[in-house]
Amino acid sequence: MRVKDNPLEQLNDKSLCASLVEEINRCLSRPVRIMEVCGSHTMAIFRHGLRALLPEGLTLVSGPGCPVCVTSPGQIDSFIELAKMPGVILATFGDLYRVPGSDGSLTQAAAQGAVIKIVYSPMEALSLARNEADKMVVFAGIGFETTTPVVAATIMTAAREKMNNFTVFSAHKLMPPALKALFQEDLSVDGLLCPGHVSAIIGTKPYEPLSTEFHLPCVVAGFEAVDILQALLMLVRQSEKSRAVVENAYSRVVKPEGNPQALTIMKQVFSPEDCQWRGLGQIPASGLRIRPQYDKFNAAVRLSVKVRDVAEPPGCLCGEVLKGLTSPTHCPLFAKRCTPMRPVGPCMVSSEGTCAAFYKFQ
Amino acid sequence: MCLAVPMRVIEVKNGDNDDLLPPTALVELEGLSQEVRLDIIDRLPEVDDFVIVHAGFAIHAMSAAEARENIDLMRQMAEGLT
Repeated sequence: MRVKDNPLEQLNDKSLCASLVEEINRCLSRPVRIMEVCGSHTMAIFRHGLRALLPEGLTLVSGPGCPVCVTSPGQIDSFIELAKMPGVILATFGDLYRVPGSDGSLTQAAAQGAVIKIVYSPMEALSLARNEADKMVVFAGIGFETTTPVVAATIMTAAREKMNNFTVFSAHKLMPPALKALFQEDLSVDGLLCPGHVSAIIGTKPYEPLSTEFHLPCVVAGFEAVDILQALLMLVRQSEKSRAVVENAYSRVVKPEGNPQALTIMKQVFSPEDCQWRGLGQIPASGLRIRPQYDKFNAAVRLSVKVRDVAEPPGCLCGEVLKGLTSPTHCPLFAKRCTPMRPVGPCMVSSEGTCAAFYKFQ
Repeated sequence: MCLAVPMRVIEVKNGDNDDLLPPTALVELEGLSQEVRLDIIDRLPEVDDFVIVHAGFAIHAMSAAEARENIDLMRQMAEGLT
């Protein structure tokens, strides 16, 4: 087999990491708090051990960027209700499987006889529907702008194939409206590490209102150690100069205009609607519903399922954690009543949840 | 959830509108290969480009030169040059 030059291997260069850390140290003259919005960043920061490398004055707090964690308990209950319906197969990403709703989780529903399949792609759910013609396959639609075009393309494929037994229950969410709602409150955050793969779709422009209205430095970052360190350096430099602009440290993947093809497909299938976020409450035009012309593929319409208002579990501080207002270790349930094996809140369940990351790495 | 990985393109397979087949690509990473859909990619990749793969779909194509440009900028920043 041919061995090819792979420029991406240079991203593992430890000396480059060391030089970036040194430059951050040199530039930082006062304490700075940076919020990483994306759950994949939270995990990457722990996995690369970056907290231990950074100077004391640079604090990282996590934000609301884990889709499972911000899915409301009412939406979780709807997924469970769908899974329990006779003749339904619920296809879901694995992250959702153990998240508790108001009365149990999908895991418990499966133990009671519900048919639930874990899939890596919505296209696998569509294949399942092709093979199980007498069943209704419902795909649990969660995720931000990275995932939504993928689900939209799958719905369009199902429409082209005139499928009758494939539907999606959409709990998809949009990142920019949530960030705008989040920063209405003073979070004492000096800069935002913006999500790399959401930005690959939406581009860098949607962050401009945040930088101008809230004087918030915003830098889009990739997921390797050097990507994150470069972005942190850019944020520190902006903060030191009291600047607040949008910059892109992930230019190999993120373009200013994003991915117009993916945005077109997403907008063809989904339209914005008001949506309940766990911890953040109701946010205008922050959720996505399936457009009426695709009603045939909308599980909420086909199977008449409505999302109910459900209270958050008592004592759980996931809401505060999602806003960066508290650390998981300050939650009275953390590592006591709430563990990855017996989670109370979603931030302890998802592989990208902040509480799960603290439990695993600290 | 927004996890996506860069994979090298080995082969691009054009779709067939009559048969409802979308374009796909055969991609590889560390010896593992898989077929990915190209419905939502920003541009059709060429062989030896990299694509960012999320949930079975390529969401972005980049050439080796684009990847190098980004890494060169990091080196300059690390040396305090930019």
